[in-house]
Amino acid sequence: MASGYDRALSVFSPDGHVFQVEYAGEAVKRGTCAVGVKGKDVVVLGCEKRSAMKLQDTRITPSKIGLIDTHVCLAFAGLNADARILVDKARLEAQSHRLNLEDPVTIEYITKYVAGVQQRYTQSGGVRPFGISTLIVGFDKGSEQPRLYQTEPSGIYSAWKANAIGRSSKTVREFLERNYKEDMDREATVRLAVKSLLEVVQTGAKNIEIAIMAPGKAVEMLPVDDIENYVKNIEQEKQEEAAKKKTGRTPGTGSAAILTRTAQDEPGDH
Amino acid sequence: MGPAWQPGAQPGEPRRLSSKCAFMTACQTGSSEPRDRGRQKHPNPTQPPTSTNTYNAKMEVLLGITGKDFTLIAASKAAMRGATILKAADDKTRQLNKHTLMAFSGEAGDTVQFAEYIQANAQLYSMRNETDLSPSALAHFVRGELASSLRSRKPYNVNLLLGGVDPITHKPSLYWLDYLASLAPVPYAAHGYAQYYCLSILDKHHQPDIALERGMELLTLCADELKRRLPIDFKGLVVKAVTKDGIIDMPFDDDRIVKSA
Repeated sequence: MASGYDRALSVFSPDGHVFQVEYAGEAVKRGTCAVGVKGKDVVVLGCEKRSAMKLQDTRITPSKIGLIDTHVCLAFAGLNADARILVDKARLEAQSHRLNLEDPVTIEYITKYVAGVQQRYTQSGGVRPFGISTLIVGFDKGSEQPRLYQTEPSGIYSAWKANAIGRSSKTVREFLERNYKEDMDREATVRLAVKSLLEVVQTGAKNIEIAIMAPGKAVEMLPVDDIENYVKNIEQEKQEEAAKKKTGRTPGTGSAAILTRTAQDEPGDH
Repeated sequence: MGPAWQPGAQPGEPRRLSSKCAFMTACQTGSSEPRDRGRQKHPNPTQPPTSTNTYNAKMEVLLGITGKDFTLIAASKAAMRGATILKAADDKTRQLNKHTLMAFSGEAGDTVQFAEYIQANAQLYSMRNETDLSPSALAHFVRGELASSLRSRKPYNVNLLLGGVDPITHKPSLYWLDYLASLAPVPYAAHGYAQYYCLSILDKHHQPDIALERGMELLTLCADELKRRLPIDFKGLVVKAVTKDGIIDMPFDDDRIVKSA
């Protein structure tokens, strides 16, 4: 009776693909971009925020960065509604872990759990995979070592120094590969996260969200004004660099030419 | 339709808390197996289980005092079993969230199990909603859990004091709960035999607008009376104060010598 329709949709194609999982990957690629960057003793999550409509109350619209426990933060790209379910499962597991083991979860453990849930939804009947990738960051109890993990709809999870997921994640990841440095301080880490997001976010500060985690501290959502400052700073630097390139083309012009350029540019920026 | 897969439904899957419920449920906490085994032992399920520890439970001291801008919670430090004191520095309190503290007495095992289960649910609520439950909301939640436990085959034998300060209005509050799921908001409270000695003292000396220092004085009065009249040594008190800034451990002199009357 009606066989074929009520079965699991996640079956192999003859050449070994599980299409539903790959389609979930497409949903991720259409989601807004999220980046995670590890510094020396800090880890930063950045998100592209979809621009709000005129009458939308942005103050109480849910964010794409969520807390799993006081020491674990998660950002996602993909279907918002799917993420809510996954985040709730992770929060429940984090509290359940505290209750049963008397210890907060490690970042690896909760990542493995989230990835495990995502995997199960690729192998059971009557369900569809989660259309989200996540970046999970935080610090293990009593550790100063920042952690950054990624999970995918297939249930794969992996550890990173810096990574991006979602729309144009390839561009951002390549940017991070070019610009990542070991042992960055808080300032440099946030700056790299903002700068990498600016590669794909056109509208600047008001469409960026930044969360900063440090060992033993509560998560800090960076105020819009601070992000604005980073954006201005980065934009100015970019202009200076562009100017440097322009002058660099004519041979013989040295630092003197650059100095005059910056002096001219600066008043215009303020 | 929800997913066909259910947590814990697969063989070999560890027992986990259900995500279907708004809250974690008592029967699903990981360490529920010993309780299940206990149930088998009762031949007649209609007969209420007899506590092996009735006397000890009443010997445990729980005190609570509210004041102008604080709630004080005190609990005896002795962990007893039969005629033996197993531990003299026991902490019979759990912090539920930034502004709420719960003290518990009753059957050993039940108490900590129940308190930590409530604590986990309070914290889960805070994580899910990015806001804490108020002391009043928590008290009613706890009462609901006790009421359903009371009507189960093996009820929790736990008595509680729940003290807090409302995070928004900064109003202090204190709730008295017992294992029969009674709930009463009170200005000051005691559990066990301590009620007989301390409530009269507090009746006489307590005012609703007292400062923290006066609250500590009242607590000393109560502790002295307990030392004078209670036939066992309860090993002093753990004292904690809930204020708008959070929960503070209060220093308390347990070594005062009190002559018997």
